[in-house]
Parts: sequence; C-alpha cells; structure tokens
Amino acid sequence: MSQEKIEKNVALLIVFTLLAVIWGGLVEIVPLFFQTSTTTAVEGLKPYDAVQLAGREVYIREGCYNCHSQMIRPFRAETERYGHYSVAGEFVYDHPFQWGSKRTGPDLQRVGNRYSDEWHRAHLRNPRSVVQDSNMPSYFWLEKTLASDTVGHDIVEKISALRAIGVPYEESDITGARDALKDKTEADVLIAYLQGLGQSSPTLSNFQ
Amino acid sequence: MSDFTSDIWNFYVIGIVVAGIITCIILLWSHGSATFTPGQVTGHKWDETLEEYNNPLPKWWSGLFVLTVVFAIVYLALFPGLGAFGGFLGWTSAEGPNSQWAQETSKAEDALKDTLDAYLAQDLPTLASNSAAMATGKRLFQSYCIQCHASDGKGQPGFPNLTDDNWQFGGEPATIEETIANGRQGVMTPHADLLDAESIKDIANYVLSLSHNPAADANRIIRGQQAFAASDCTNCHGSDAKGSAGVDAAVARAYGAPNLTSGIWLYSSAESTIIEGITNGRQNRMPAWEGFLGKGKVHLLAAYVYSLSH
Repeated sequence: MSQEKIEKNVALLIVFTLLAVIWGGLVEIVPLFFQTSTTTAVEGLKPYDAVQLAGREVYIREGCYNCHSQMIRPFRAETERYGHYSVAGEFVYDHPFQWGSKRTGPDLQRVGNRYSDEWHRAHLRNPRSVVQDSNMPSYFWLEKTLASDTVGHDIVEKISALRAIGVPYEESDITGARDALKDKTEADVLIAYLQGLGQSSPTLSNFQ
Repeated sequence: MSDFTSDIWNFYVIGIVVAGIITCIILLWSHGSATFTPGQVTGHKWDETLEEYNNPLPKWWSGLFVLTVVFAIVYLALFPGLGAFGGFLGWTSAEGPNSQWAQETSKAEDALKDTLDAYLAQDLPTLASNSAAMATGKRLFQSYCIQCHASDGKGQPGFPNLTDDNWQFGGEPATIEETIANGRQGVMTPHADLLDAESIKDIANYVLSLSHNPAADANRIIRGQQAFAASDCTNCHGSDAKGSAGVDAAVARAYGAPNLTSGIWLYSSAESTIIEGITNGRQNRMPAWEGFLGKGKVHLLAAYVYSLSH
C-alpha cells in the first residue's frame, strides 16, 4: 500500500484510527477485567441501599465529581489527610465509579462518618456557615425537593438494572425501595450516600 | 498488580508488550536500511505548492527512538509491567510492607515517634506551655478540626467554642483527651410528640430567662418554669438546669446536655432556635480520632485544645 493512498483515503484513515484505539483498549483495559483485585469486592462491601443510591444520583446530577474526587492515592500526604488509600475492590458495585480527576474541593472517598449529619446539612445549605473561606456553591434547594419525585422516581428500575449486571441485591431491596425513600429530601439521601462512603470494612474506614 | 484470574492473561500482556518492542526495533531497522533520495521530492503535492522531501531522519532523532527501546527493556526488567513479573527491584506502590507508601509512612512515623513519645509523657498543662508542641498542635488542629470548630477554635452554630470554659462533656485535661480519642454523641430529645407548641414556647422563654436574657417574655417564664420541672428537661439538664456544669453533671455529660444558665449558646439565643431545638431535638457527633490519628497526635491536639482556654 503506497503512502499516498493511506494519506488520501478517508476510509483507510477511519480503519487505521479504529485499529489504534482498539489496540490501546486491548492492552490497557481488557486485562483489568481478569484481575481478582479489580473484580472482587473487598470484604464487607455492601451495595448501596435505595436511599444511598438515590443520593448517589444527586451527587452525579449536581456534578459533585467535577470538584471532588473519590480516589485516595497511596501517598503519605493523602493518607494522612483522607485515610486509607483507595483499593479497586471498593468500587465493584459502582456503575460507574465516581473517581473524578479534579480536586477543587477535598477528596470524598472516606468522608463517611467524618462529620455529623448536621454538619453536612449546614454545609450543603451554605458551605460558608461552617467553612468560612469555602468556595463551594450552596445547595440549599436539595432540602426542598423530595427525592422520590426526582432522583428516586425510578429507584426500583435502577436497583433491578444494577442487579441484572451483578450487584447482589435481594428481592426485599427492590420491593422496599420506594418505602425507603418516602419523605426523604434530596439532601437527606445525598447525606446518607456521603456518610456511607469508604466505610465498607474496618481496616479501610476511618471512623466506625 | 498481577493477580490475573488465569495465566493466559499473564502471557497475553507479555505477548503484547514484547511484540510492541520488537515492532519498534523492526521499524527502526527497516528505516535504517531504507533508501532515501535526499534533496528530491516524493512527488506528493498538497495545496498546490506543498511538497515532501524523502530525507532520512536526523541521526540524533533516530538515536532517541533507540533509547526509548533500551529504556523500555531496562524499565520492564526493574519495575512491574511485564505480565505477572514484578521486576527485579521488587517495587510496589502500596502492596506489602516494603511498598513505597509503607516506607514513606513509616519513615515519617519514625521521625515523629521520639517527639510524640516525649509529649505523651507530659500532662496537658505542661504541654500547653511548650511553644514548639503548640505550633505542631495548631497545624494538626488546622488539618483535622477547623471544619467544625473553625480556625480560631471558636466554633460555629452547632459546633462548640473551644476557647471558653463552658464544656458539654467536661473540660478537665483527661476528659478533653477522651473526647478527641473516642468521640462524643450529643443528644437532645425531640419533644414534638411530648409537649404542645405553647408549652415549648413557654419553656424556651424560661430557658432564656435562666441566663437573664432580656428577650425572655415575663408572662411565659412562670409557666415555662413549671413545664420545665414537670417534663423531662431536668433528666439531662439537671435539677439546677446547669447541665454538665451543675449538680447532675455526671448524667448531663453522658448526653452533652449544656448548662442552660451560662448565656453561652451552641446554636443561638433566638427564641425560634430554642423552640426548634426543643421541638425537633438535636443530634451532634464528635468523631473518634484515635484510630485515625493515633494516641500521640490525639494527646497533642488535646493539649492544644486545652491551651485555647487556659
């Protein structure tokens, strides 16, 4: 094949680009599906309950991942501040995981139990009320909306879908999902999600 | 990490890596033996005037490519990358006792150990007058405590001021240390189902009057006093309403029930805030830090907190 042909033929350009991308995927991604440490849940890891799952939807909808990572790297400076470094087995029930790649705010992977619910409530309402020089936006409206009207309206379908792809939910998790969300505001479910972060096992969590 | 579910994946990775390196070598080789026609154009023409010469790469440039191949081979011999082979250096980022993270962490802990041990042997008042210790204590406080207690230690609504002599769980040195190490759970029972709104308002005004607050409504104080005595308020806040500073301090401290006569308010002295507290109750949690920070740092923090009010 002459150089000229490769340079001028758009179809060939597409084919070779695809080949290059596929090659990258075969090398960098595929082997991860066949590693115990990336596919097996750490001991004690539980799937998010209905309330936490709805909270996770708020987290995603509000774009929390744009400023907060959920990935503590194995460096002393990080583990002294945030706690035990993240391990892949903690994220096997996350579809998709919320690792993020930007830290305008602190990492949240082990924020669970670090503050009281009241702190989170005050902080979401107005971050400046607890951290004077915070530049986080206020999320006061989360307290005014029922989660079952928004992020939780399809909670049953969501849990069923997660179950279909291998997250070990029980039948009772599905049947009880709607009741669990009853009366809970978006702030309530988001706080439930945050308080559960990084708390799967005693060796990994900061605060029991 | 190389815990593949099957050896096939080990060979798969090795195969791809080795094939990649060999391809690079072949490419460099064929490039070296290709025929060039320096100074002559290839015949391709772009945008009417743009032409391409058929010159070989500069030697230093192809030398860099050779270097990358050599680097890859040396790197894969020393560090993990070639399938399940971990490299001759035995380097890991976080796994095992000799990982980079473990070494980094234990090095720092060793460097701190003597200092912290020396601090642990001193009581809080002594430590609080040691300016070097307090400089470290302040940095610890600013890393772990200011999110709730604020950078000056004066707290914010719902999170106690640590610079005064008013303590929900006790301000003795050992108690402060215990609070930081094991955490606390402050509880105010919700009374929405126990008292009607009028009684709650009466009680709120009586509570205000306990610290001679001029905002207290005189008409409600008497009724409030009766309701206060008749309901369960004294169970936690004590018969003298002085809570953790009063005659029933032992019980009050178990729940973090504050002294209502001090004029110091965890939330605010607004009638509406007090009513909200009585109606819906309050839950306040101080996390237990010993597992996270260790005894030495907790001791140092306790000394710093002690120094804020002494």
